Amino acid sequence: MSNIRKAFENGKAFIAFITCGDPDLETTIRVVKEAAENGADLIELGIPFSDPTAEGPTIQGANLRALTGGVTTDKIFDMVKELRKDVTIPMVFMTYANVVFSYGAERFIKTCSEIGIDGLILPDLPYEEKEEFHPVCAKYGVDLISLIAPTSENRISQIAKDAEGFIYVVSSLGVTGTRSEIKTDLESIVKAIRTSSEVPCAIGFGISKPEQAKKMADISDGAIVGSAIIKIIEKYGKDSPRYVGEYVKSMKDAIA
Amino acid sequence: MSNQNGRFGIHGGQYIPETLMNAVIELEEAYNHYKDDPEFNKELQTLFNDYAGRPSRLYYAEKMTKDLGGAKIYLKREDLNHTGAHKINNVLGQALLAKKMGKTRLIAETGAGQHGVATATAAALMGMECVVFMGEEDTKRQALNVYKMKLLGAEVVPVTTGTATLKDAVSEAMREWTSRISDTHYCLGSVMGPHPFPTIVRDFQAVISKEIKQQIMEKEGRLPDVVMACVGGGSNAIGTFYNFIEDEGVQLIGCEAAGRGVDTFETAATIATGKLGIFHGMKSYFCQDEYGQIAPVYSISAGLDYPGIGPEHAYLHDIGRAQYVPVTDDEAVNAFEYLSRTEGIIPAIESSHALAHAMKIAPAMDKDKIIVITVSGRGDKDCAAIARYRGENINE
Repeated sequence: MSNIRKAFENGKAFIAFITCGDPDLETTIRVVKEAAENGADLIELGIPFSDPTAEGPTIQGANLRALTGGVTTDKIFDMVKELRKDVTIPMVFMTYANVVFSYGAERFIKTCSEIGIDGLILPDLPYEEKEEFHPVCAKYGVDLISLIAPTSENRISQIAKDAEGFIYVVSSLGVTGTRSEIKTDLESIVKAIRTSSEVPCAIGFGISKPEQAKKMADISDGAIVGSAIIKIIEKYGKDSPRYVGEYVKSMKDAIA
Repeated sequence: MSNQNGRFGIHGGQYIPETLMNAVIELEEAYNHYKDDPEFNKELQTLFNDYAGRPSRLYYAEKMTKDLGGAKIYLKREDLNHTGAHKINNVLGQALLAKKMGKTRLIAETGAGQHGVATATAAALMGMECVVFMGEEDTKRQALNVYKMKLLGAEVVPVTTGTATLKDAVSEAMREWTSRISDTHYCLGSVMGPHPFPTIVRDFQAVISKEIKQQIMEKEGRLPDVVMACVGGGSNAIGTFYNFIEDEGVQLIGCEAAGRGVDTFETAATIATGKLGIFHGMKSYFCQDEYGQIAPVYSISAGLDYPGIGPEHAYLHDIGRAQYVPVTDDEAVNAFEYLSRTEGIIPAIESSHALAHAMKIAPAMDKDKIIVITVSGRGDKDCAAIARYRGENINE
């Protein structure tokens, strides 16, 4: 059974996204630890990419700051090894297909399994292109996370029946970023997923406030928050870990 | 050339967010329906002929031929099309298709501004809304085209992310499409991006080689020895090559922008300096670092200033059917000035890359050989920038 399941055994899951190396890897380590200690059930570690086409301005900014700071895939692998000395909750990488492809799928995914990365989220790898990496992920026991969007419609059952780890339900059209209101009929999407899959579903994109997270977690198995955390890191920089910790606690308390 | 999943050999595919998948599937279905529809093709042909001014001329460049002293040189005059470049061929096709699909809004990326102007033109003609994304750097290099797009009723959004050039404009247009799909068609300007775009754009641009073939048979009674074109994403080049791919005796040459040279970091020559990767919806060759971060490429030509190449070109390169050669800024500027002086034709700086390579190879070829070079666009838009390159400051 996937290690990611553990994230959903503690009530509704709170999933925190953090861009590695923003503003530096030392801060990332402290932010992840604070998030884990304050109730995060799963951490999505973003490996920055030069041209993150699925991200809004906030996470684009984090990618740019991290890359400008000299972060690389190898340095992030080393950071994860360091983190795994203390952090036991499931962790996945979120990055773009070219980061994995250029490193060599086998080499990248094998390293993931060795350092304790449980899954991989690649927003530019839809169902049709899964075979690019899935056989290697299966070989090393790293879950390739599927995304389902408001536009997926007839594709939901096909995607859901092959899903592993958890299903990332994209709440809204567009790119990542906080939104004042989420209008998509997510209840019917989650219902449609449930008919084809037992895998937990977490909703992400646009969630920033505790009441939004509660609403999303009520209709699914958890809430994913990225841009709101990145904004805290952007604001407080090296001092951000304790503020992220406080924020994560407020969010986990709201949904639990 | 492409199979069911839009693959050209190992290249191509659909590496895009799930949010866009049904949109590209819907586009593929609509395209497959309309591409053989006589009514659609009749409408498109009428637009090509009466609106865009097709067929474009195949011109024997006699002075250039004599001056270079080798192969006989013909110029395929895509610069004479309405809006001044080959871009209109693809845009009229896609805009008509989008209209049939019930879309009311076109979005596009643009580098040099030619594709943006063409899209704004088609949108005006067909009564559609139009938003064009253009790197802020390019809005400065090509200020006149920004004005033209606005004049035609389009909104121009300057893109400030990344290197603020063509690749960033593509990323931003993709982001915009993800957020508004139901009424919007992304009118991609080159043979790149996710399937079915490389196939659709190629088919609409294939009119170039279809005409060259007819015209050269009429003028020379035989096929050319070499056909060549400049390559950024590669739409005018694939259009120039496509109907000659089966004719093994015809050499196909694509001319990439080498910028300040392929041994510098200031280059956009993908085949010469890139490696296999996945970006902007496709697997192909890209300029990138060892960790797969896309390189900030450079060329004097905003239209060729792109870190990738279309998947069908990557495939033609793999199988050795086409050759891709790098041409520097300097060589292109020389060719820009040369054609202006010699033939009284001011070519786009993009097209000048192909002309520059022809100037290198033609003198060594026999006089009975024939080269066809596609002049993909007119150079009016480049005059101010080239003047600056030569140290002369003029107002646009």
